[in-house]
Amino acid sequence: MKRFPRPTIVAAVAGAAAFALLASGCAPAADSSESEGGKIKLTVATFNEFGYEGLFEQYMEENPDVTVVAKKAATSNEARDNLTTRLAAGSGLSDVEAIEVDWLPELLQYSDQFVDLTSDEVEGRWLEWKEEAATDADGNLIAYGTDIGPEGVCYRSDLFAAAGLPTDRAEVATLLGDSWDSYYAAGETFSAAGTNVPWFDSAGATWQGVINQFDNAYEENDGTVIATENPEVKAAYNSVLDASSTLSAHLQQWSDDWTASFQNDGFATMLCPGWMLGVIEGNAAGVTGWDIADTFPGGGGNWGGSYLTVPTQSEHPEEAKALAAWLTAPEQQLSAFASKGTFPSQVDALESPELLDSTNEFFNDAPVGQILATRAAAVEVTPFKGVKYFPINDAMQQALTRVEDASMTREQSWEQFVTDVNALG
Amino acid sequence: MTAATEVDARAIRRIAFNHRLSHWDVKLSPYLYISPFFIVFALIGLFPLGYTAWVSLHDWNLIGGQGDFVGLENFQTVLAQPYFWISLRNTFSIFLLSAVPQVIAAIAIAAVLDFNLRGKTFWRMGVLLPYVVAPVAVALIFNDLFGDKYGVINQLLNTVGIESIRWHVDIIPSHFAIATMVNFRWTGYNALIFLAAMQAVPRDYYEAAIIDGAGRWRTFWSLTVPLMRPTIIFVIITSTIGGLQIFDEPRMFDQYGQGGASRQWQTLTLYIYELGWNQRNFGRASAVSWLLFLIIILIAALNFYISRRISATSDKAIKVRPIKARGIS
Repeated sequence: MKRFPRPTIVAAVAGAAAFALLASGCAPAADSSESEGGKIKLTVATFNEFGYEGLFEQYMEENPDVTVVAKKAATSNEARDNLTTRLAAGSGLSDVEAIEVDWLPELLQYSDQFVDLTSDEVEGRWLEWKEEAATDADGNLIAYGTDIGPEGVCYRSDLFAAAGLPTDRAEVATLLGDSWDSYYAAGETFSAAGTNVPWFDSAGATWQGVINQFDNAYEENDGTVIATENPEVKAAYNSVLDASSTLSAHLQQWSDDWTASFQNDGFATMLCPGWMLGVIEGNAAGVTGWDIADTFPGGGGNWGGSYLTVPTQSEHPEEAKALAAWLTAPEQQLSAFASKGTFPSQVDALESPELLDSTNEFFNDAPVGQILATRAAAVEVTPFKGVKYFPINDAMQQALTRVEDASMTREQSWEQFVTDVNALG
Repeated sequence: MTAATEVDARAIRRIAFNHRLSHWDVKLSPYLYISPFFIVFALIGLFPLGYTAWVSLHDWNLIGGQGDFVGLENFQTVLAQPYFWISLRNTFSIFLLSAVPQVIAAIAIAAVLDFNLRGKTFWRMGVLLPYVVAPVAVALIFNDLFGDKYGVINQLLNTVGIESIRWHVDIIPSHFAIATMVNFRWTGYNALIFLAAMQAVPRDYYEAAIIDGAGRWRTFWSLTVPLMRPTIIFVIITSTIGGLQIFDEPRMFDQYGQGGASRQWQTLTLYIYELGWNQRNFGRASAVSWLLFLIIILIAALNFYISRRISATSDKAIKVRPIKARGIS
């Protein structure tokens, strides 16, 4: 047997050791939130645009013992994956985590993972329905409201004029009325004028407006699923499809065809939360005639909006809570509104002249601040959204799509919806 | 005297120890050298596999974590779901629509690139370019082409009087559209692998074949293709594994990423995603993952069996055909 020189062993052992070191180096490094020079470091995780950049600087100036580190995810989906994964892992979350209203149902299930933020300082700061949605069954407030998405109706005044309808936004609000029937009836009048333009974008988009006006559409407050037996859901399904058969452009919201349709006179009206104004302006660049009416069928409506939470994982929950309270105070949210257009949910902010005087040039200089503040006040219902709300609503959206694209009849599609809901188990 | 024997004994012991060391060296070092791969594989391959099996036997929520042990209930439930079978159908349909044309087109492109073209490197880099583009970017571009209403293809069809194809409603058109994105991305990559195999064919074979009077077509079928068989088998197996796990393209095909209102283009991986992230049911998602794993093993075994038969016949082909060719000429 040929003898190997000894260095081979040494090299092999060294190699293996180096590899082991490398492997252990992959373990997550402890996120040191401890002070540099006695300062407390607070991380704040947000997504999209919260308009907080300048505010962090201001807070650090006013509180010299605190360093704020901002983390920003590009999309809310990314932020959500990050939040749920690290909640499950039990570590790695920021001191302040921003969340969207849609995630609340499932986060409220794990409300013990979040610091109770109730305090006298914030008593009555928000619109009642905004605060109620973030309160768990035991009365703990797990999140401070930031912005909201009160809905009006956006319309194309040029297409209205072509159909011989009024174009002034006050007259349009009267024409559209405040019920779904009057909204659809106005659509029939519009179609009868022979403009060949559909009234609204899709059954699914309209459904979002309708379903958010029920207290318990899909689930009872104890989580029992009633979606398939609830006569209100079936009736709403039928009425939306009745309207859609003559009035809809059958363009699924956010599809490429939907985006392209803004440049092609795709439809004349759409239900329109505050943040949608920016979306329309982007998609309809160069198109003139968009305006917004101060009304919403069937009462008020809210779509979207965010909150700030403090996970119990935070090492400085008190300081984090103070920062979250400061960021969601009316003054700060007004400055966020000024910088990124996030519509505030604080009662005082909604009354401030700064907000009420704001107008939007693209929407024919409409006083959007004034209109959206009225729309926010009109919201009466806080729909119950349990853990199964989103899968059920997805199934419903698909049921509506199947009828709109004629791949199933209304009855077949309902049967499929019932099967889908039952499969959620 | 005693001191000398002691020194001897120590020397003998040291020599014996050195022998033992070198013995271990020979026996163990090779394993140590290859161990990094297996350690990494165990960490990121074997462990997740076993853990997924463990999860699939429980009620398991994404945030809530482990629930009750339920045995094979998750498997029973998903096997009874129509969407599982629809996804299976879609996965195979999209796989066949992409893999088959892809391999044929890649061989054709490689054969063209194998000619003595001007600006060789330019053309070779050109076919690889789609592979460099991120799948999500590919999907964005193709979604503009395959729009139901305002898509470029349908508008072109309309101008020549053909009715719009409902890419996002009908089953086969949606599979075709997704397969097109996959083909766009992978054909060039496979073509380069085939090209490398073609260039490894010794040029004297071609000379001999040409002297024997074989034409271009004949040399391609009787020489190039049989000699490329191991590479063809490699490409088929890798594209099978990739094709059965296809995710990005169907997920990006519409704005919801769930595979359509009637699950027209939902693949098994999309179904896993829906169970895990939309319904938060990790137990069922893991069950489907394991079923997919078993399906891939089954298909890979089938591939292996068929490919072994093909390579057995290929030896015969090479031995026999040139002789025949000589006989004819």
